[in-house]
Amino acid sequence: MHLTDRVMMPLFVVAGLALVVGIGWGFFFTPDDFRQGSTVKIIYLHVPTAMMAINAWAMMLVASLVWLIRRHHVSALAAKAAAPVGVTMTLIALFTGAVWGQPMWGTWWEWDPRLTSFLILFLFYLGYIALWSAVENPDTAADLTSFMCLIGSVFAVLSRYAVLFWNQGLHQGATLSLDKDENISDVFWVPLLISMAGFVLLFIALVLLRTRSEIRLRRVQAIEMRERVA
Amino acid sequence: MIGLLKRDVMLAMRAGGGFGLALAFFLIVVVLVPFGVGPEREVLARIAPGVLWLGALLACLLSLDRLFATDYEDGSLDLLATAPVPLEGVVLTKALAHWITTGLPLTIVAPLLGALLNLPGEAAGALVLTLLVGTPALSVLGAFGAALTVGLKRGGLLLSLLVLPLYVPTLIFGADAVRRASDGLTATTPMLLLGLITLGTVAIVPFAAAGALRVNLR
Repeated sequence: MHLTDRVMMPLFVVAGLALVVGIGWGFFFTPDDFRQGSTVKIIYLHVPTAMMAINAWAMMLVASLVWLIRRHHVSALAAKAAAPVGVTMTLIALFTGAVWGQPMWGTWWEWDPRLTSFLILFLFYLGYIALWSAVENPDTAADLTSFMCLIGSVFAVLSRYAVLFWNQGLHQGATLSLDKDENISDVFWVPLLISMAGFVLLFIALVLLRTRSEIRLRRVQAIEMRERVA
Repeated sequence: MIGLLKRDVMLAMRAGGGFGLALAFFLIVVVLVPFGVGPEREVLARIAPGVLWLGALLACLLSLDRLFATDYEDGSLDLLATAPVPLEGVVLTKALAHWITTGLPLTIVAPLLGALLNLPGEAAGALVLTLLVGTPALSVLGAFGAALTVGLKRGGLLLSLLVLPLYVPTLIFGADAVRRASDGLTATTPMLLLGLITLGTVAIVPFAAAGALRVNLR
C-alpha cells in the first residue's frame, strides 16, 4: 500500500501521456494508408485493447494460481479487480473492429475465427464476473472463481483453435511480430508502440487502483465485524 | 461407487424429472425449428446437424442444476465427501449417472429426430456416434458448473452462463462431424478431435469439480 501510494500518481500521468502521444500522433500525424484511407487509424485503439484483453485474462490466470497455491489474499483481489478492466478492453476491441470492418469488409460482423474467439473470451469474462458477484463469502468466491479461471483458460485456448477448424479467417495476421522480416512500416509502428505501452500502463494503473479499493473495502468490513462483536 | 451410480440413476428415473423431461425438451426444440425457419426440405437438411447438437446440448443443461443441489440440501453430499471413496470419484459417478439419464437416451432418439429434420440417412450413424462420444464431455463439464454453483440459491441461470462457453469446442467438432457425414465426406478428423476433448475432459475436469465442491462444503 505504501509503495502503491507513491507509484499511483506518476503511473496515471505516464499512462495518460503515452496514450495522448500515441493516439494523438497516430490519429493526426501519420499518413493515410494508400488502400484503407484514414480507417487504418483505428489500429491505435484496436490492437492495444485486443492485446490487453488477452493479457488481462493471462494476468487473472496467474493471480488465481497464486491464490490457490500461496493463499495470498491480495492476488485474489487483484484477479477480481482486473476482470472488469479486461472485459472493457474486449468490448472496445470488438467495437472498434466492427467499426473498421464495416467500410473495409463491408460487414459489421463476420464469423471469423479471431472474432469468434474474442466473443467467446467476452462470454468467459461475463461468467467470471457474474460468479464473483453471486457468491457471498469472499474466500469461497475467490476459490470458485480461481477454479473457473483455470478451466476457462484451457477451454478458451481450445475454442481458439477449434474455431480455426470450423471457419477460415477473414482477419489479417499479426501486424507486429519480433521474428518476421516484413513488419508494418515504421511510420505507423512507432505511434502504435507508444499507444500499446500507454494501454499496458493504463491497465496496470487501473488494476492497482481497483485492488487498493478492494483491500480498503475488506478492511472496512473487518472493522465493522469487530465492532459488532465487541 | 456402483451403489451411488445405481442410487442416482434410480432417483432420476423415479422422480420423473430428469429422465423424460430432457427427452421431451429435445423433441420440442427439434419440432419447433421447422416452424421457425420454414418447412423446405433442403434448408432443414442443411441445418439439421447443428440443430440436433444444439438441442442435445440444451437438453443436457436442463437437468444440471439438480446434479448436486438436492444432495447438498439434505446433507448427503457431506456424507459422500467424508466417505472412503475420493470426491473426484463421486463427481465422476454422478456425471456418469447424469449421462445415463440424459446423454444416452438423447443419443438413442437422435436418429428419429434427424429423420424429422430430413437429415440424410448416411449421416444418422455419424450423428449417433458423435453424440455417444461427445455427450459424456457435456455431462462432466456440466458437473463442474454444478459444483461451482451448488451453494447458490438461484444458480440455474448462472450455471448456463458458466457452462455454455465451455461447450463450444464439443459443439464445433460434434456438429462438424455430422455435417461432413451428411455432405458425403469422411468425418474422421473432427470425430477424433471430439474424442480427444471428451477423454481430456473426463480425465481433468473431475478434479476441478471436486475442488469446487470441497470449497462449497467448507
